[in-house]
Amino acid sequence: MLRLTTPISDEDIRSLHVGDSVLLNGIIVTGRDAAHKFLIEHFIRNQSDDPEDVALLEKLKPLLNGGVIYHCGPVVKKNEDGSWSFVAAGPTTSIREEVYEAEVIKFFNLKGVIGKGGMAGKTLQACHDQPAVYFHAIGGAATLIAQSVKEVVDVYKLEFGVPEAMWVIRVEDFPVVVTMDSHGQSIHDKVLAESEERFKQLVG
Amino acid sequence: MSEPLKLDLVEPLLELVRKAATDLPQDMVEALEKGKAQEEPGSAAEQALGTILQNVEMAREKSTPICQDTGTPIFEVHYPFGVSTRMLKAQIEEAVAQATAHSYLRPNAVDSLTGKNSGNNLGIEFPTIHFHEWDEDRIFITLQLKGGGSENVSTQYKLPDSRLGAGRDLEGVRRVVLDAVLKAQGKGCAPAVLGIAIGGDRGTGYMVAKKQLLRKVNDLNPNPDLAALEERIFVEANELGIGPMGFGGKTTVLGVKIGAAHRLPACYFVSIAYMCWANRRAELNVKLVDGKVAEVSYA
Repeated sequence: MLRLTTPISDEDIRSLHVGDSVLLNGIIVTGRDAAHKFLIEHFIRNQSDDPEDVALLEKLKPLLNGGVIYHCGPVVKKNEDGSWSFVAAGPTTSIREEVYEAEVIKFFNLKGVIGKGGMAGKTLQACHDQPAVYFHAIGGAATLIAQSVKEVVDVYKLEFGVPEAMWVIRVEDFPVVVTMDSHGQSIHDKVLAESEERFKQLVG
Repeated sequence: MSEPLKLDLVEPLLELVRKAATDLPQDMVEALEKGKAQEEPGSAAEQALGTILQNVEMAREKSTPICQDTGTPIFEVHYPFGVSTRMLKAQIEEAVAQATAHSYLRPNAVDSLTGKNSGNNLGIEFPTIHFHEWDEDRIFITLQLKGGGSENVSTQYKLPDSRLGAGRDLEGVRRVVLDAVLKAQGKGCAPAVLGIAIGGDRGTGYMVAKKQLLRKVNDLNPNPDLAALEERIFVEANELGIGPMGFGGKTTVLGVKIGAAHRLPACYFVSIAYMCWANRRAELNVKLVDGKVAEVSYA
């Protein structure tokens, strides 16, 4: 099975095709509904001059340049020494970020987005242009995926609540499947088209 | 007026929550195994189901959540005369808060106006609790955890529906349910269990639909018409080929469970509670003798 470590090169991304199984390694950052809305409103469509925001942006840029965002709202445990551990960390449904993701990919030069359920045309186009790919994790496999999370390096925007915060994590051999690649292919489009055909036959 | 019984059920309730969040019922495991066996060896569908089964086993061993989205906790509480529902509600809330502190539950209750997470899974109408007084000398509580991804693809149809050619009959029900499965694709974490209600109003429709998810996935509907419809939709939904996670494959639904409620003459709703493969449910049974807890068991 293919192993990739963040930051990921354009060349490695171009070599990926839908259906490829990949084990991801290195630093990734979680971000879901509140985080995407925040990134768009404070950094991408507007430029916040709040010193806290400016400092956060400087931290995020190197983490996300060539990096990967994970659509995930984990169950997290605070250890006695004040550090954090991931207890359960499967993917959340990605399509809710469709309105934001293309801009986030371009702004930060993301190489990958991990989630579940796939995304639509704007993100697929951004994957082609950047290039980047959509990695599908197994929805609900939360305890198993948490075993891949070896370290919680940092957390930003904890005021969004545990599920919505941006967790900076180091992963080892996080199992994913490429379901949208940088060549314009999407397993989700294909399955949708085929299932629509069968549906027409079934309901006449 | 006689005094209500004094019972302390916080500990058994905490165990009920732990079990629901970390231990997938055996009938669901068997349905997943059956699904895996019918997929092409080495396919993405087969691998996805393999990962799911591995995860289920690991969660049970480690006593950690099967899925990080521990959902809306929905309690159905059956209790005998003389037990205070206010007391039970307070103890359920205490157990839910403790379960959150133990990381069995993710803090999942968000204030819809401020966006603030309450941090302990308590909030307005959160968790969901329904009380039913009955004649038996025991308290019987079921808990299901209904995740948000599958809730987002749950849906309600108003029949007749001209786009789908769905009239106010079981054929109409078949059509809209297949449409719901098609629309959901992999987004609700297929393979799914479909809880379906025919009738009711918009509120009770979903309530009855969610109650169907408490049934064993391999049970037989006592109503022969509904049993036949469940079987037909099960076969046809799987023919759609959406497969686990929407990767394509033969296993799109694991079970179809249909109930009915009386409706208004003007209304014919079909409510579909789409449940992900992690159909988490557990039961707590508390036997009472002379107003005291005599035996506690779980299933």
